[in-house]
Amino acid sequence: MNRMSKLRLFSRTKDLESQIDEFLDKLSEASVMFRLGVRTYLKEGANGEFDVKLKAVNTLESNADGLRRNIEKELYTHTLIPDARGDVLGLIETLDHLLSLFEGTLWALAIEKPEIAKEFESGFRKLTNMVVQASDALVLGARSFFRTPHMVGDYNHKVMIYEKEADKISTQLKLDIFGSELDLAHKAQLRNFVEQIDNVADWAEDVADRLAIYAIKRTV
Amino acid sequence: MEPAVLIFLSSGLFLGWALGANDAANVFGTAVGTRMVRWSTAALICSLFVVLGAAVSGAGASTTLGKLGAISTLAGAFMTALAAAISVYLMTKSGLSVSTSQAIVGAIIGWNMFAQAPTDTRILTTIVGTWVLCPLLSAVIAVILYKALRLYLRHAELHLVRTDAYLRLGLLVAGAFGAYALGANNIANVVGVFIPAKPFPDLTIGQFTLSSAQQLLLLGGLAIAVGVLTYSKGVMMTVGGELGRISPVAAFVAVIAHSIVLFMFASRGLEAWLIKAGLPTIPLVPVSSSQAVVGAVVGIAILQGISGIRWRVLGNIMLGWIATPILAGLICFFGLFFLQNVFGQRVF
Repeated sequence: MNRMSKLRLFSRTKDLESQIDEFLDKLSEASVMFRLGVRTYLKEGANGEFDVKLKAVNTLESNADGLRRNIEKELYTHTLIPDARGDVLGLIETLDHLLSLFEGTLWALAIEKPEIAKEFESGFRKLTNMVVQASDALVLGARSFFRTPHMVGDYNHKVMIYEKEADKISTQLKLDIFGSELDLAHKAQLRNFVEQIDNVADWAEDVADRLAIYAIKRTV
Repeated sequence: MEPAVLIFLSSGLFLGWALGANDAANVFGTAVGTRMVRWSTAALICSLFVVLGAAVSGAGASTTLGKLGAISTLAGAFMTALAAAISVYLMTKSGLSVSTSQAIVGAIIGWNMFAQAPTDTRILTTIVGTWVLCPLLSAVIAVILYKALRLYLRHAELHLVRTDAYLRLGLLVAGAFGAYALGANNIANVVGVFIPAKPFPDLTIGQFTLSSAQQLLLLGGLAIAVGVLTYSKGVMMTVGGELGRISPVAAFVAVIAHSIVLFMFASRGLEAWLIKAGLPTIPLVPVSSSQAVVGAVVGIAILQGISGIRWRVLGNIMLGWIATPILAGLICFFGLFFLQNVFGQRVF
């Protein structure tokens, strides 16, 4: 291997490394924007500030999509990390779906503009905080997979805890909604939002399960 | 050069070609099979370093073979190498683990018996001892290296992609070292039996003079290189596929351990250093490249839990230790009989 191709190999490596890091940054950023978006909606409805957050998540999602495609192309074109390529692609794709869930929920709020009564605001806020924490712990786990796979288990454990807590909150919220005086259509609409938000934590848990296997494969 | 010399050398060159075609896979098989290194790159590096190893460090192990049986005629050397080549072919056909080193030693003993020359039992014991020692030593080295590398990787916290890039480079460097060690150690199997017969006059090129032995080592190295370039691709892919379940880190360690062992049993420099340091020396003996790799892989498997071991492969290796030299010895003995009595050649 001559000096030039050696340099090419390492510059490609650096490039790919930063693309993966950037992809994970987008996901962390999107979770912050999602949390702020839901809080803004609960406080002020779908106003200008909410639109800013929605647009931010939208941009982050499409940027992350571009990065995902680039990463996939790099990995396959240059046959990089042949033994872990499938796992990395699986991880990136499933993480990408998390961004779609953030974006989809905010879009649904913008389109349907559900009326959320004061009594449910706290429940929605708590649920959003919990699912965002699950997502953040997952991103830390994913970062750890690339550098310190033996530590993935610690982050995954947190994801599981946050997911369980999110389940508890969402169940209580649904009980409260269906025990209220709202009409059935309104109850069904709010339940749908509860499930949509809770879905983020469920998905994070599913990805964490896969990540655990990928990490075991790396540490064996 | 007389054409008859080339005809007699053909069996050794064929053995060299077969060795290159098969054993290059021990050096680069996993790297190529897992697509970490391109075959063309692997073949080029492998053939270059095999020739270098054979020409620069090949004399040590060759001398030991010469001591086991000083085959003094070209016809005798021809049949010895041919018997080894045929037994390698037959054993490979039967799917048994085979080593050219074991075949050539069996063939030399066959020659000794035919020529009624005494076999130096001390040298023979040393050689057989190294066959058992080689995979064991390789396993121990692999375990130590694997543990050290795992510890380093755990603390270095390198990105997966960067680790992959370093491993690619590492596999190339380890492969080059492995090819050098293969050339240095296994060249004895290819041309060792021809050295006492001195088939070539000294060759002077400018200020350099190449003795008959040096020309033989170079020619044998080239034969191995031709084997690598013409026929190793399929074998590398197969070996890579078979060992595909081991991680690139384990593959890298296996190649390094294999190379260290082959080098230890071939290096006169190391021998001189050990003597100087007052330490016991390692005999310079051709050992099996395949068994060194299998030893390393088994060592890593033991480290990860006993379930990974393929006992059948181990059984085949042990069967090979006995079956290969006996088969080669018998073929050589009867071959020499025909060569002497049917073709009227002087074989000792």
